[in-house]
Amino acid sequence: MAQYQNLFTSVQPVGPLHDGIELPRGNARRLGKPFLVHLLGRIGNAQIGPVYLGTLGLASLIFGIAAFNIIGFNMLASVDWNPIQFIRQLFWLALEPPAPAYGLSIPPLQQGGWWLITGFMLTTSILLWWARTYRRARQLGLGTHVAWAYAAAIWLFLVCGFFRPVMMGSWSEAVPFGIFPHLDWTSAISLRYGNLFYNPFHALSIVFLYGSVLLFAMHGATILAVTRYGGEREIEQIVDRGTASERAGLFWRWTMGFNATMESIHRWAWWFAVLCPLVGGVGILLTGTVVDNWYLWSVKHHVVPAYPLGSPVVLDPALMGVKP
Amino acid sequence: MKFMSKLALLLGTVAMLSGCERPPIETVQTGYRGTGMEQIYNPRTLAKEAALNQAPVAAEAASAEGPKASEVYQNVKVLGDLSVGQFNRHMAAITQWVAPDQGCAYCHNVQNFADDSMYTKVVARRMIEMTQKVNQDWKTHVADTGVTCYTCHRGNNVPTQVWNAPKDRKYANSLLGDLAGQNIATKAAGLSSLPFDPFTPYLKDALPIRVNGNEAMAGVGSNANRSSLKQTEYTYSLMVHMSESLGVNCTYCHNTRNFQSWEESRPQRVTSWYGIRMARELNNEYITPLTDVFPAHRLGPKGDIAKVNCTTCHQGAFKPLYGAQMAKDYPELQVLAKP
Repeated sequence: MAQYQNLFTSVQPVGPLHDGIELPRGNARRLGKPFLVHLLGRIGNAQIGPVYLGTLGLASLIFGIAAFNIIGFNMLASVDWNPIQFIRQLFWLALEPPAPAYGLSIPPLQQGGWWLITGFMLTTSILLWWARTYRRARQLGLGTHVAWAYAAAIWLFLVCGFFRPVMMGSWSEAVPFGIFPHLDWTSAISLRYGNLFYNPFHALSIVFLYGSVLLFAMHGATILAVTRYGGEREIEQIVDRGTASERAGLFWRWTMGFNATMESIHRWAWWFAVLCPLVGGVGILLTGTVVDNWYLWSVKHHVVPAYPLGSPVVLDPALMGVKP
Repeated sequence: MKFMSKLALLLGTVAMLSGCERPPIETVQTGYRGTGMEQIYNPRTLAKEAALNQAPVAAEAASAEGPKASEVYQNVKVLGDLSVGQFNRHMAAITQWVAPDQGCAYCHNVQNFADDSMYTKVVARRMIEMTQKVNQDWKTHVADTGVTCYTCHRGNNVPTQVWNAPKDRKYANSLLGDLAGQNIATKAAGLSSLPFDPFTPYLKDALPIRVNGNEAMAGVGSNANRSSLKQTEYTYSLMVHMSESLGVNCTYCHNTRNFQSWEESRPQRVTSWYGIRMARELNNEYITPLTDVFPAHRLGPKGDIAKVNCTTCHQGAFKPLYGAQMAKDYPELQVLAKP
């Protein structure tokens, strides 16, 4: 009898290699001969492949690789084609959106045109990949939960890179393609719009983000804890509740008075994860289009605590008509 | 635990901590509790900085008696009111501050001290006027502490902390790789990928630094706030520069829950506001007009003169030389010389 008391995977069941179920008519062939990797078996399934590529996957990869290369070559060009500087500065480099002066017009290639092309390619790639996750799920006879969760992430991506810039009337508002530069953009949008921490949708998004982490830990821990009673058979236990489910539920009722069920815990997790980018996207979409200063907005709605001011109170020198 | 696991754990820990600053870290509260208004210092770093920011000992004051420098020497334009003794004391001090290795000959034709043929002398004269201007008219920034040549020069011919317009990259006109003025690691932007030249727009030109509006809702009022995110990044870069120059956090001036609010800011923000305008005036009125006086090798890659920013004086200290009362020993630098 396998034991699950270790925190790390201790059991690696290996069956005969298999291609999976027959695919419906009209599907492409799966690619590659499956093989086993023991090390990967320690963190997941040891069998690698076969992969289903298909039309959507292929198209998505072509657009994605094109975008990746345009970004990469622009980064390389920005350090004068010096490969050493390219590696050293990789985290700093970016493909930057056009300057504000270009508004929503199409800028010259060098001044943001590449950014626009890349944005289009990347969006196309991502949407094609979404269609792929949807279609693959359907062809396997699954529900489309993964596709819709992925769609939530795409929503936030498009809000930052497309919907909001269009509503603001300027591509320059969009996120640059780069590691540190996109983080600078994140800081800048908070600084410009009066502190994003006062944006209630941002707050909600953080709740769902941290909430997801908490739920993930609680659920993972609970299931591991009851696997000795067969609790890893979660789906069966939904309708045929055994002692594992009973004990897991009892544990949470004892400790916090309420428990999720084997089914509902997965809905909790799905909704928390999906709501994180959904509400975050709403918050970003409202920033600059509807609300200009979240701090002042929060003052207006009486959610900002007042602290005693320093003495003497500091005044804006620009308002005092000071001529130095 | 097996030896390899132990080794991996040790190496992993070392790698994870390698980016950290070694403690102790001291926190000094500067505002109301719970608002995060505090400064963070590392006494070890501070001790190192303090040693680098010592003011030199002033020579004994000279007697004001006797004939004036302008009566004895020729071509004395800015310090002519001093007695010969005071004048020579000042010249000796300048030599120590600016050209300790080269001596008088750095600025003067030693055959004829009155000769203006050396560019360094013309520049030095203008810089004396600039120092007087700062001490007389920019008390809003330098208060009564004031500045001397040493505040910036620190024994160097050219202050070490100056800025030039950055040079374009080699293939700046090619079809690919526009930097958009940012996204490269530079000291000016505090090793962030923010715009690397916040000086030209704010410390030379007077582009608006403020990006926050006074209305909660967008598009409200006749002066609806149209500042862009890119503009914000420029402002952010300037603020990073100020923070690095003074060796302080954002909260030295701002309450970071609401950067724009003056009421919730510390008075240091006002001093700093004047400092920006002071640097701008010095760059435009005193330094840039000297561009043609300088030989080409002293100019930047784009042919512009080296200009001042916050670091030029502050050099990592919240007050240059940690507020050493140095200028009071040189009253001739306190007021603009009569033309």
